[in-house]
Amino acid sequence: MITLLDLFSIAAIGAGAFFFLAGTVGLLRFPDALTRMHALAKADNLGLGLVALGLIPRAESALSALKLIVIWALVLLSAASTTQLIGRALRRGRK
Amino acid sequence: MNELLLAAAGLILFTVAVGLARVLRGSEVERLMAVQLLGTGGIAALLLIANATSVPGVEDVALGLALLAAFATIAFVNLLDADQGDAEA
Repeated sequence: MITLLDLFSIAAIGAGAFFFLAGTVGLLRFPDALTRMHALAKADNLGLGLVALGLIPRAESALSALKLIVIWALVLLSAASTTQLIGRALRRGRK
Repeated sequence: MNELLLAAAGLILFTVAVGLARVLRGSEVERLMAVQLLGTGGIAALLLIANATSVPGVEDVALGLALLAAFATIAFVNLLDADQGDAEA
């Protein structure tokens, strides 16, 4: 039997998987490096964020749910800084 | 429900693996982007697997991967800078 929370999890995880798919298609099909980086950022932030959001109602304890949020926050931080670094490298012409 | 979670993990891993084609035909920086996507996809798949199988510790592996994800990029960009003679190490 599928409950409302399960439906929420399925919807969020499905949307997250879609963003990973979109990020990969963008990485492969977009015309230049900066637009590819833009597609990648969507997969990093929204894809993982929605997967974590969908898993929170299924977490066994509050601590485990908090760990999901911490993992997402860490990825947000590292994606933001590495995107800046990659963008700077591209701007300086290191293709 | 657990099967659905595992299927989602498999789908994400497959998608990200297809994205690795960019490693084969891309510039140096673009290769790095594909590897970064693999890292994030790996974290998402590990979280899904941890929830579906309830094996203790898998979530902590995802946490470690998230902690270390930035370092490869920082080291690589610094290497590119060093090649041009202006490393900020």
